[in-house]
Amino acid sequence: MSRILPIVTVLLVIVCLWYVAAVKLNAAWVYDQAARAETPAPGFSELVGLTMNQERPVLPTPHQVGVELVKSTLGMQVSSKKSLVYHGWVTISATLLGFLIGTTAGILLAVGIIHNKAMDLSVMPWAIASQTIPILAIAPMIIVVLNSMGIQGLIPKAIISAFLSFFPVLVGMVKGLRSPDQMQLDLLATYSASKAQTFWKLRLPSSMPYLFTSLKVGIAASLVGAIVGELPTGAVAGLGARLLSGSYYGQTVQIWAALFAAALVAAALVAIVGLIEKRTLKRMGMAR
Amino acid sequence: MKDTTQNSASSPVIEARNLQLVFSTNDGPVQALKDVNLTINKGDFVSFIGPSGCGKTTFLRAIAALEHPTGGTLTVNGMTPDEARRKRAYGYVFQAAGLYPWRTIAGNIRLPLEIMGFSKADQDARIARVLELVELSGFGKKFPWQLSGGMQQRASIARALAFDADILLMDEPFGALDEIVRDRLNEEVLKLWARTGKTIGFVTHSIPEAVYLSTKIVVMSPRPGRITDVIDSPLPKERPLDIRDSKEFIEISHRVREGLRAGHSDE
Repeated sequence: MSRILPIVTVLLVIVCLWYVAAVKLNAAWVYDQAARAETPAPGFSELVGLTMNQERPVLPTPHQVGVELVKSTLGMQVSSKKSLVYHGWVTISATLLGFLIGTTAGILLAVGIIHNKAMDLSVMPWAIASQTIPILAIAPMIIVVLNSMGIQGLIPKAIISAFLSFFPVLVGMVKGLRSPDQMQLDLLATYSASKAQTFWKLRLPSSMPYLFTSLKVGIAASLVGAIVGELPTGAVAGLGARLLSGSYYGQTVQIWAALFAAALVAAALVAIVGLIEKRTLKRMGMAR
Repeated sequence: MKDTTQNSASSPVIEARNLQLVFSTNDGPVQALKDVNLTINKGDFVSFIGPSGCGKTTFLRAIAALEHPTGGTLTVNGMTPDEARRKRAYGYVFQAAGLYPWRTIAGNIRLPLEIMGFSKADQDARIARVLELVELSGFGKKFPWQLSGGMQQRASIARALAFDADILLMDEPFGALDEIVRDRLNEEVLKLWARTGKTIGFVTHSIPEAVYLSTKIVVMSPRPGRITDVIDSPLPKERPLDIRDSKEFIEISHRVREGLRAGHSDE
């Protein structure tokens, strides 16, 4: 209870501010309508009522977004093209595949960096440079290039997603694999342990807490990558497509509902990684 | 006592002749060891004592092939330190226990055995034996954080004993522990030494610890790191804690202190 109370308080404050903002931002349209109809501008209480349920509000109210979220998840067939469950799953599958590719790439690069001097000096600057490229600029190119090679659908999105998620895993794993101190390395040296033994028995287990921290950042980045990857494909399917089609047709409620769906998916994915982290570290005896 | 040591059939286990070790640092070369000559015989308990920077740890690390001398000769069981390491000639105990938090106590002791390729049944038997030796039987399934600092250090000694090396090298193993725990562990180390007959090299800052434990005390001084005195202890092998109030004990302590002071006045 003591943990829930602060969260609920913050939530209530946000919702209140949101309603205030909705009234202020949506008022312009109400005044505009009144001017066109040549009726006097509505008073404050009337104005509030007129800003709550507009069809295309500048800022949809929380209850509008909530109703749209429920309607487009529970209120229709999962297979429907308007279902957020359907679009959400399209995005999640690309996210998970991209996360898998990104994590694997990140770990392999990290292993290379700690074992190979040349990779240590050359890979990191490129990895950092890769993250300075705006993903919005490079995403269409990846789609176009892969499309010309006959690859469409899930894979190009997953690659964009991997492009974002490999980096935190790489940075975290390099740090994690280097985390054993000199004394622990000396100890293994007195056993004449091989490089492989040092890796499997010391470096890899030591890196686990670092890995999971990176995975949490990585999976959130994967989701962003998958959504961005859906934008240039022409708004066919996925949460990104819902965002895009919403903005084409001025469906602000739809945009906000898709945004919240994306946030909920991100929270759920991070929570799942957190749960696996807890389980793993507990089994390893590293959580108390 | 000195004569019996020299005349006995005990063979040299560790032998250093004109050993030099120079570290190259950003501030230029640092002479960590200069003209070190020392013979350690089988079954000796040798303490290295001196202020920081005197090279005592460096010497121990050189024996373990963790540092490489730049001059002179150093042999362990008649081999180079590198060869001796491959023959599993020594177990090394560091200042911190350094147990892997993700392994149980038994799992930590199993670590060197896994790396050295002992069979599973042999591993289990050895773990049981060394746990008993350091009086930690029944703690095998605990994780390191569930044990006190003293118990963790005992587990790390068990880990160093598990593969039956003849030489045990200990680098200030009890430096981070409080006085009471330290006394108890010192007694236990002596018991362990009596039961196993190992050759022990022991680095310490503490004069009473060095005198209480050792058959041979090597006093060292810094800049450059060198040996200023080697004292063969006349104390008997059987040493109750109250031997520290005896006349001999106080005399040896005095000589060690003099040696340390002489090293300092050279500067």
